[in-house]
Amino acid sequence: MTPTALIAEDEPLLSASLQAELAKCWPELRIVASVGDGAQALQQALQLKPALCFLDIRMPGLSGLEVAQALAEDWPDDGTPFPLLVFITAYDQYAVQAFAAQAVDYLLKPVEPDRLAQCCARLQRQLSSREAPQAMQQAVDQLRALLGSAAPAAGTPKLEVIQAGVGSTVHFVPLDEVVYFEAADKYVRVVTADKEHLIRMSLRELLPQLDSTRFWQIHRGTVVQARLVTSATRDESGKTHLTLRGRSEKLTASRLYAHLFKPM
Amino acid sequence: MQLSHSTFTPQHVLRHGLQIALFNTLLWGLSLLANGTEHWDVELVYNQAIGLSIWAVIEAGRIVLSPPGHAWPAWSRALPLVAAAIVIGWIVGSQIGDLYCGCSNWTFLSQQPRRLRSAIAFTIGASAVATYYFHSRGKAMADREKLAAAERDATLARLSLLQSQLEPHMLFNTLANLRVLIALDPPRAQAMLDRLIAFLRATLTASRSASHSLAAEFERLDDYLELMSVRMGPRLSTQLSLPDELRDLPVPPLLLQPLVENAVKHGLEPKVEGGNVEIAAERHGDSLELSVRDSGMGFGNGHGNGPSTQFGLRQVRERLQALYGDRAVFSIDALPEGGTLARITLPLDTPAP
Repeated sequence: MTPTALIAEDEPLLSASLQAELAKCWPELRIVASVGDGAQALQQALQLKPALCFLDIRMPGLSGLEVAQALAEDWPDDGTPFPLLVFITAYDQYAVQAFAAQAVDYLLKPVEPDRLAQCCARLQRQLSSREAPQAMQQAVDQLRALLGSAAPAAGTPKLEVIQAGVGSTVHFVPLDEVVYFEAADKYVRVVTADKEHLIRMSLRELLPQLDSTRFWQIHRGTVVQARLVTSATRDESGKTHLTLRGRSEKLTASRLYAHLFKPM
Repeated sequence: MQLSHSTFTPQHVLRHGLQIALFNTLLWGLSLLANGTEHWDVELVYNQAIGLSIWAVIEAGRIVLSPPGHAWPAWSRALPLVAAAIVIGWIVGSQIGDLYCGCSNWTFLSQQPRRLRSAIAFTIGASAVATYYFHSRGKAMADREKLAAAERDATLARLSLLQSQLEPHMLFNTLANLRVLIALDPPRAQAMLDRLIAFLRATLTASRSASHSLAAEFERLDDYLELMSVRMGPRLSTQLSLPDELRDLPVPPLLLQPLVENAVKHGLEPKVEGGNVEIAAERHGDSLELSVRDSGMGFGNGHGNGPSTQFGLRQVRERLQALYGDRAVFSIDALPEGGTLARITLPLDTPAP
């Protein structure tokens, strides 16, 4: 079967050049999509299911790492092998250290032909030897470690109360009462046992201000107060469904966070 | 006089005390030469007891009365302090001397008005000299410290300006594009390289020269935007507008650079469809308005939140404050139609900064 690849790079010249260089060192590789932003990368990858994804780290929309996280969370369970990921960056010291530590493939811009050839050889070996379930598990483990190492530095002041504005009134919601936070576009839904509020900030901005021992991220868009989880049930696809104190709906923890809900 | 650390450590006090004792001994030697050496030991005890007592009162007064971070209280307090110290020191010191010789200094002097007057004049004179000496030495030390701190701040500011402008991410991405262009379109690669060279040269020298013309400022901004538009392709469009009559006006070098960089990096780069940057100079009466307008994410939505944005804005604010004081105005606003508008208003009557 011909291997397929997706390229996500927002700078047109660099994208075209990577495509050209790949054609030289790996002629059989077929580029099925070349996109310039994170949201398209995610959508195209889920639709076309390429064997490889080359993801620039800094892209408009979603970053390369966010695309990888979303892919790992939303990848279907039908046995399609999870794509091998190659991150591309011009200069992100911490990311590069994390990639090296987790043996994740990465390329530095400007991309040197020798380095690209090595990377291709390695990818070819991995493609020929891997099996789908293993690939998924390996990707999940690597990404979990990467996301963990990118965790915000300690010392950010922690919130005790959420101030949610409605018209000219500001509602004060003690953190103790929040069952979960859910990302909704540019907003975050703040859900308590009997109420819901919207705050005008992204989950990415909110997360560092929450105490991570009390509030667990369970999905790229969901953070739950651990104290208020009553049970966790794992289904055959690896997703974990949570029931909550005071709320009737269930929340789903993604593959990346399922390990949080193991029995002691 | 403002000092960065306390001048009242035990070491300082001890050193001052020893200097005073040395000074007293010197005065004692001089008075022996003038008055004969008959009671040299008694003279020495009185001399040291009075001198050290005056010093001790002044030193204690300085510690109590000086505002935090200062070595001396204000003149209005320092003069009465010295006067009181002379009186108290003289009385206490005389008592100590009396104990040593078993006589009364006061009785002795009050019988000889001439010697009393000269003793009083001598004590006041010696105290004034010693006080003046310590005061001016402390002041010189504070001035030296202030100068060193100012030099340190200036160097740090220059370094961080350089670091913010030679941002490695920008540099390596530009080089990556350049590498591609060399094979693809050599003349365009050459043009891009020229822009990069001009940008780097301006960045490296901007921290050293005080001003350049507005025309030069716009050329450097154009270099940067040209580099960015090679990278971003059709996602970035730019307009620069500089009326001819304003071309020769002097401005601080690369004053607008952080604003343009913010507009591109935090306004347009994160936006999927990209957008537009408009830079303009306009004259309004006797002030010059420089504006950077982008159609990006908008101040507060990513734009304006990162530490590097904050740094850029602070840098602009600090430079304006240092060069023009309150006569320059800097504002940055989110536009209702989306995007950000940064404006700097400079007085035109000020000669080159």
